[in-house]
Amino acid sequence: MEIKLTINGDSKKFEVDPSTRLIDLLRSAGYQGVKKGCDEGHCGSCTVLLDGQPILSCIKFAAQADGAEITTIEGMGTVNDPHPLQQSFVDKGAVQCGFCIPGMILSSKSLLETHPDPTEDEIKRGLDGNYCRCTGYVKQIEAVQSAAQKMRGGI
Amino acid sequence: MSEQKTANFAQVGKSVQKIDGLALACGKDKFVEDYDMQNQLYLKVLRSPHAHARILSIDSSEAEAMEGVAAVLTHADLPRVPHTTAGQGYPEPSPYDSHTLDNKVRYVGDRVAAIAAETPELAREAAQKIKVEYEVLEPVLDPRKATDEGAPVIHDEDDCKVIIPIPYEPERNLASAVEFSFGDLEEEFAKSDIIVEDEYESHYAQHCPVEPHVCISYIDSRGRVVIRTSTQVPFHVRRIVAQRLELPEKKIRVIKPRIGGGFGAKQEVLVEDIVAAMAMKTGRPVKFLMTREEEFVSSRTRHPQIINVTIGADSDGTIRAINLDVLMNTGAYGGHALTVVCNSGSKVLPLYNTAKAVKFNGKVVYTNLPVGGAYRGYGATQTYFAVESALDEIAHRLDIDPVKLREINHIKNGETSPVFAALGEGKEGVEQTIESCGLPQCLEQGKEAFGWDTREERRSLSSGSKRRGFGICTLMQGSSIPEIDMAAASIKMNEDGSFNLLMGATDLGTGSDTVLSQIAAETLNVPTEDIIPYSSDTDLTPFDVGAYASSTTYLSGKAVDKCAGKVKQQILKVGAEMLEVELEDVSLGAKKVVDSSGNEVSYEEIATYSLYESNQHQIAAHDSSISHKSPPPFSAHFAEVEVDTETGKVELIQYVNATDCGTAIHPRLAEGQCEGATVNGLSFALTEEYQFSSRGKMLNASFDSYNIYKMPDMPELKCILVPTYEETGPYGAKSVSEIGINGPLPAIGNAIFDAVGIRIKEGPFKPDKLLAELEKTEAR
Repeated sequence: MEIKLTINGDSKKFEVDPSTRLIDLLRSAGYQGVKKGCDEGHCGSCTVLLDGQPILSCIKFAAQADGAEITTIEGMGTVNDPHPLQQSFVDKGAVQCGFCIPGMILSSKSLLETHPDPTEDEIKRGLDGNYCRCTGYVKQIEAVQSAAQKMRGGI
Repeated sequence: MSEQKTANFAQVGKSVQKIDGLALACGKDKFVEDYDMQNQLYLKVLRSPHAHARILSIDSSEAEAMEGVAAVLTHADLPRVPHTTAGQGYPEPSPYDSHTLDNKVRYVGDRVAAIAAETPELAREAAQKIKVEYEVLEPVLDPRKATDEGAPVIHDEDDCKVIIPIPYEPERNLASAVEFSFGDLEEEFAKSDIIVEDEYESHYAQHCPVEPHVCISYIDSRGRVVIRTSTQVPFHVRRIVAQRLELPEKKIRVIKPRIGGGFGAKQEVLVEDIVAAMAMKTGRPVKFLMTREEEFVSSRTRHPQIINVTIGADSDGTIRAINLDVLMNTGAYGGHALTVVCNSGSKVLPLYNTAKAVKFNGKVVYTNLPVGGAYRGYGATQTYFAVESALDEIAHRLDIDPVKLREINHIKNGETSPVFAALGEGKEGVEQTIESCGLPQCLEQGKEAFGWDTREERRSLSSGSKRRGFGICTLMQGSSIPEIDMAAASIKMNEDGSFNLLMGATDLGTGSDTVLSQIAAETLNVPTEDIIPYSSDTDLTPFDVGAYASSTTYLSGKAVDKCAGKVKQQILKVGAEMLEVELEDVSLGAKKVVDSSGNEVSYEEIATYSLYESNQHQIAAHDSSISHKSPPPFSAHFAEVEVDTETGKVELIQYVNATDCGTAIHPRLAEGQCEGATVNGLSFALTEEYQFSSRGKMLNASFDSYNIYKMPDMPELKCILVPTYEETGPYGAKSVSEIGINGPLPAIGNAIFDAVGIRIKEGPFKPDKLLAELEKTEAR
């Protein structure tokens, strides 16, 4: 079957099998910032935004996303022109191995849209679905707060 | 004093931008799974449903006949080469008891066969079509009974062996053993005013790197086997795969790209052999990504231990004698068996060197349960639970502040312990004197940050069924394995005055590429961004044992520093030649060489001169480092809990970790190591647990039911870096990555005791366990 997706602003058509999962479609289309950590809908590494909402692409069929706007980490910023969240994650030491970071940054983006000045508890709840085993989460909370401040024009 | 020594550093001690940080945050840096090759096959491993069984026959004809299935490998297809999967230095102090594929399975999840197919789905489907006939054997599931007479023998094959003289008796399921003592234990116990004796059990746990084990292998155009893999030990992978596949090392290249965490699980050659064997069999690229379930069941775990501890002390709290008896379960295979149990003694006992007599007895047994391996903390995590809980009991009974008890007894600068020389890794240890112990400052600053002295006032903050409690523990670890581990680096200079830094050291997410670049930059007097690191490629970088034993900053950092020092001398020589002055007359400025008259040449000019103009040569050097000691980092942990006596739930209110890691080369990354290790320890203490069926099958092999800490689980956590200066380390650095995981189990256990007067002697501290103990106390 054919589906249409708008990925990071680009309209694309894909021929997919009904059983094709969104994660596999995105990764094979070159969006490798979508990471496969558990493949069973728990760890959050495969988080992408579907019409602005964070979803787990490993438990979503590609066909279910037909017509949707998808944002992956590749749509957030580049090494030469990073999104404030990406820069804050690096500046605050929130990136160790970095495997969980794309998903975490996308969840953060979604959180900041509804909570531009989030409390620590709001960040913890907003990023509840993104596992990290390296950092202990402390610096990621700082990173989201710092990025939020920048995005509000605070710095 | 350490502040004076580090005051003039330009790169070291600064939280420079992590070199791979932005590329990772933008999803651009590549992990193994991000590499695909044309014509690639996907590998699936068929795993054992039985804890202990002999394979009588395997019929793979139906699977092989499936369209899209390229090959099936069973034990009949491969030569029998006993080896260890433990990625350790050679000769490995672990038994050679593993085979790429064997005719026997020894735990639920053991390898039976491997399938390569055009898609992962086809490979899974084909695996289900393989018919295996088993002779199911009685499993050994209780480590206490493993060496009993008449117990089933797990390694009854005739080719398992050890290759160095270490205890090994597979015929009675004994995977390893170690004994050590000094002083007159009986006499010191007799003289003690107080003796506490207890048994503690530390539980199974898994590392849970968010990236599972993943490997891709192909045969290159010249017939060499290339292995791109998620490993902490690329050079050990090359050696062990060479051994297993009976190839010379020159036929193998191992490349490590970015790694999604390891924590010890990837110090194991767990996937590379079978993937390379399949690439050789099919002539096609083969990729293998372990499932999360496989990570739990078939990867490696923290060795569970049953620890009997006896400590005798004077009435003022001075320790007289310690007796530690450790029974460790290594599961079905004995990788790291001896060395983990040795570290249970060597990383714990020297901390309390007031003891005049010490006895340590470690025994490691095989069972038909998941396999133990290297895991952050490496044996110390388990044993600190027992020792620090016992010390807390002494403090309680003597009515001494537990902080003071540690202050009285911990090792100080200028002191040593007989344990250092006695307990090594597969051989005797190395004597050392402590020169950089910051534990007094850790205790002092930790107390202050935690509010230790105002804790009694905070008790009243809990009311109703809730009780508040406070606990501490102190810790040490090591920095590298002395006289065994080696690291090497090479550096070359480019036209613009930048430098390529090539090193075997393995950045598994810790940030070592950045930290080691900072060390090179400091020595060469350039900004860190002028260093271009490339690590862990067996064709291109020099050797390094890999990322384990808390060695990378201390040991690989020293190799980088030495190497950069040699390059610096070459730069000075060319600079003097260009300035037409004597070598003694020049010194290094910022990216330049200056002479005493103030004349200068820039690095750019020096590099261009040396490459193109006169007396041309490549400014470059390599150097290696081994360590002659393993200077311990020290740490003090403080926990504040609230126990609900109605539900048994433990709420962690506050946790403080103050750690002395010498100079923190990159403070933010060092804090990240402390925080990450601590949170992993909190999760181990409170939520993580393996549940088994009566036949040895893990029942909760999923992130859904094996609960690792998520962001909302976080308590208020403070990690404090306490600077000291370790003269033998690069720019005063010691290790930092492992020590933090050892604290939470005892510190929280001690806080629970302080809250409700119950000592939980078996982790994790889950509500049902507490409730059962609380009910028992009430019944009394």
